[in-house]
Amino acid sequence: MNQTTSSVSIRGLDLHFGSVKVLTDLDIEIGEGEFLVLLGSSGCGKSTLLNCIAGLLDVSGGEIHIKGRNVTWDEPKDRGIGMVFQSYALYPQMTVRGNLSFGLKQAKVAKSEIESRVKRAAEVLQIEALLERKPAQLSGGQRQRVAIGRALVRDVDVFLFDEPLSNLDAKLRASLRVEIKRLHQQLHNTMIYVTHDQIEAMTLADRIAIMKDGAVQQLGTPHEIYSSPVNRYVAAFIGSPSMNFFSGSLSGDNFVSDTMTLSMDRYAFDGTGRQNGRVELGVRPEHVACDEAARDMPFQVEVDVDVVEPMGSDTQVWGSLQGEEFRFRVDGQSTLKTGDKVLVGIDPARTCLFDMTTELRL
Amino acid sequence: MTESVAPVGRGPNGPKPRRVFSRRNIFLYGILGLVACYYALPLYVMVVTSLKGMPEIRMGNIFSPPVEVTFQPWVKAWAEACTGLNCDGLSRGFWNSVMITVPSVVLSIAIASVNGYALANWRFKGANVFFTILIFGAFIPYQVMIYPLVIILREMGLYGSFWGLVLVHSVFGMPILTLLFRNYFSSLPEELFKAARVDGAGFWGIFLKIMLPMSVPIFVVAMILQITGIWNDFLFGVIYTKPANYPMTVQLNNIVNSVQGVKEYNVNMAATMITALVPLTVYFISGRLFVRGIAAGAVKG
Repeated sequence: MNQTTSSVSIRGLDLHFGSVKVLTDLDIEIGEGEFLVLLGSSGCGKSTLLNCIAGLLDVSGGEIHIKGRNVTWDEPKDRGIGMVFQSYALYPQMTVRGNLSFGLKQAKVAKSEIESRVKRAAEVLQIEALLERKPAQLSGGQRQRVAIGRALVRDVDVFLFDEPLSNLDAKLRASLRVEIKRLHQQLHNTMIYVTHDQIEAMTLADRIAIMKDGAVQQLGTPHEIYSSPVNRYVAAFIGSPSMNFFSGSLSGDNFVSDTMTLSMDRYAFDGTGRQNGRVELGVRPEHVACDEAARDMPFQVEVDVDVVEPMGSDTQVWGSLQGEEFRFRVDGQSTLKTGDKVLVGIDPARTCLFDMTTELRL
Repeated sequence: MTESVAPVGRGPNGPKPRRVFSRRNIFLYGILGLVACYYALPLYVMVVTSLKGMPEIRMGNIFSPPVEVTFQPWVKAWAEACTGLNCDGLSRGFWNSVMITVPSVVLSIAIASVNGYALANWRFKGANVFFTILIFGAFIPYQVMIYPLVIILREMGLYGSFWGLVLVHSVFGMPILTLLFRNYFSSLPEELFKAARVDGAGFWGIFLKIMLPMSVPIFVVAMILQITGIWNDFLFGVIYTKPANYPMTVQLNNIVNSVQGVKEYNVNMAATMITALVPLTVYFISGRLFVRGIAAGAVKG
């Protein structure tokens, strides 16, 4: 079997509790040293999938291979994985050193070896000064670092992260995010990371798998996911504020709706080719040009400003286009106020077209 | 907005003043005191009576404190009072009770804690059925099981021995203790259990190294429940043991209810106090832990 490039391979994975199907026929190949993010809203099965990979949940069907070995029936400890949990899950009665060495003691690793591995992990994570403390004496960020260290000392091939930053405040989350990325660049391990935070997903991932209802909607690089989402769900899920959708129809090269007519001749249609019919046009708020810049755009229209949300670096504008909501982003220096009328421009090449019935990208 | 704010110093400002002798407080503490007295009165009577000599008791003032304090009744109750043919007081029953209580408490808690842990964390097939049966057992009246248990113990050759009674106590403690432990263990974060599994700890490793150190409060609760329950037991003690092995409660009954000779009220009171001393001590020492543990175990159902 050709297993050399694949680190984790999930084949036809099924999981159901009674009649409730949680995961259905999943196939994912994760390459050596790849950082894969499982992204989705709560209840989409992303954490469940991670638990299956870890061996904490028995699968109902399919196989899981790690490093070319079929581990579907193996215990978690025999799979060569380390896992980091959202609630840190540090053993409260043990010191940091005890937490780090617990797994190694269970595996009956020699004392000197434990010593050196704990030392190395503590250096990498900069927690040497905390080794004799109890988890209760640590801050959230330090606890999560220890939790990562616990996976690190085990010298595993695959790291599993289950929403590791969700319990931290925004500032700490951003700094620990960078640290995880740095750690990945340093270690070159395969990492699978579950989150519902799209910023984390976009910044960390080599590839993102967007999940919904126990199935992968799209698996691709952050850039692919952002600029050419395969369906309407992915398009709406990624991006903040989310994409504007206008319903209309496609006839020939033109998108026609009540409020606009766009020539789509510069739009990169998918391989399936164009079909006339009911479609939705997706426009990202950050791809909307405004005022002066709008005059260079192939399509221009006037919009009423309803709400202005200044965010410092830029300003979000909630406008309406003859009753339809229209969000876009302008420069932070903009002086737009509620009630203004403003000219906006759209470049059809940066929009997305979705079939109304199948919701797939055209 | 500023004009609507009253100037500092006038109007309500800072902590709200409260009167110590308000009608509400007098009423509240008055009733509390009254009820406390009502509850403590029997104990008071017992203590003073046990410290009096018989002539003083015959004068009939049961509430008056002893004129001449004597510890003779306590000594007699402990070492000399007669039950049947033995005249070595309650001391024999005390040691019998210790020999019954200690192994029963240890055995029942050891088994129930593992039961609770398995039910909470290792969802094996049929776990719910097993649990339902166990809980159902808690609602069956003891009386129904007395005779079958006599036969079972007889067939096992344990009838009349300490170990037979230990077994009975352990079995009857199982439903409530298992429920207690199961609820406590399911209130611990599940991710901790998962982390330990990833770290390679097995069934016993997780139980002994991760779960046990976190469960001191619930073990204290279980110990208190079992010690007081088993120490105070009379029914099983009198049924499943023979006179030489009678626990303290049975012996106390035999002393107090003996029909020959003079009723020695002071000795009876002293004997009762001595018997009650163990559960009382346990409560006093661990009262706070008990409340904390009960609360911790009761949160999740």
